[in-house]
Amino acid sequence: MLRANVETDHQIVIEIGGVPIALHTTDPAFVEILQARFSDFFKAGMTPEFSFDVQLVPPGMFDPDADAEVWLENGQWRMERGDFRATWDPETRRGTIRQSANPYSIDSVLRICHTLLLARSGGFLLHASSGVRNGKAFLFSGLSEAGKTTIARLAPSDVELLTDEASYVRKVGLQYLACGTPFAGELGAPGKNISAPIDAVYLLAKAPQNSAVRMEPAEAIRRLMRNVLFFAHDAELVRLVFESVCAFVATVPVYELSFFPDQRVWELIG
Amino acid sequence: MAYSEKYVAKSTTIASRLLGDETIVMSTVDSTLFSLNPTASAIWEAADGKTPLSRIVQEKLYVEFDITLEQARADAEEFIAELAAHGILVVYDRPIAQ
Repeated sequence: MLRANVETDHQIVIEIGGVPIALHTTDPAFVEILQARFSDFFKAGMTPEFSFDVQLVPPGMFDPDADAEVWLENGQWRMERGDFRATWDPETRRGTIRQSANPYSIDSVLRICHTLLLARSGGFLLHASSGVRNGKAFLFSGLSEAGKTTIARLAPSDVELLTDEASYVRKVGLQYLACGTPFAGELGAPGKNISAPIDAVYLLAKAPQNSAVRMEPAEAIRRLMRNVLFFAHDAELVRLVFESVCAFVATVPVYELSFFPDQRVWELIG
Repeated sequence: MAYSEKYVAKSTTIASRLLGDETIVMSTVDSTLFSLNPTASAIWEAADGKTPLSRIVQEKLYVEFDITLEQARADAEEFIAELAAHGILVVYDRPIAQ
């Protein structure tokens, strides 16, 4: 008796920053992994703007020590790191991801895709935690160990956390919105899938006392550029990101926040 | 003076923004950022590849800033050598086409 080995295509849609991206896989166990990882960002039934076919491969197929590389080749974005290989065609809006059955590789591919999309729309991903208080979003940026997760952990109960790792800055008209992301840092938990107008950005520095000092635009641009997440080797997009940050600083105040790590720091916020 | 009769132009692989009298320049090749002080910004703004550096020094630095001509030349030399080494400014022997 002949048996047909039928593989069912499962589509899940992950919406970040208002952009729904579909992931197709034939592995139902992988769908469960993704649903758990992306929880609030998993949107059943939503029409995607882009889609990826995910091909699961055994772990260790690629060079595990390879850093992320992103470049445009023959009209297609190519993204590679030690744990994945991905392509994405902006024309057809389709792509492929080859990775093992883990949620972290796809998390990285999604980050990269969103940086590429944001670069053309005046936004960017910022290495920052962020939260919404009284309808306004506040971003806390810094390199590793600067205190992004510490500030998030100290947030009072009226603050809704958008992320403790990678903040999504989206330009809508003349306004900048911060959107929640599933991209988690030390907290290990995704943010809320909500958005709010950005009221201020704080560049973090741990100190014995709390103070917030508004930064001059030039210094703010220099410091923010260090914390913008952008991976592609593409001079045109790098230029656009720089211009986006300059325009952002002209609209949104940037402060240097020196803080002692206890809850009193939030008295300065909002 | 090494660059006196040379022509300087901004590289095509940069992005820049003038903020007050300070300019931030970024290489789009490696994302390196440069901050230009007011005198360096004046040279940067005038670096059109058509005006000889000696004229830029005379008209933009010596006349507009409170420095001696000698100091203006020295500042320009240092600035151009540094940015040219990073590929941010390009130095030509002749004026470049529009």
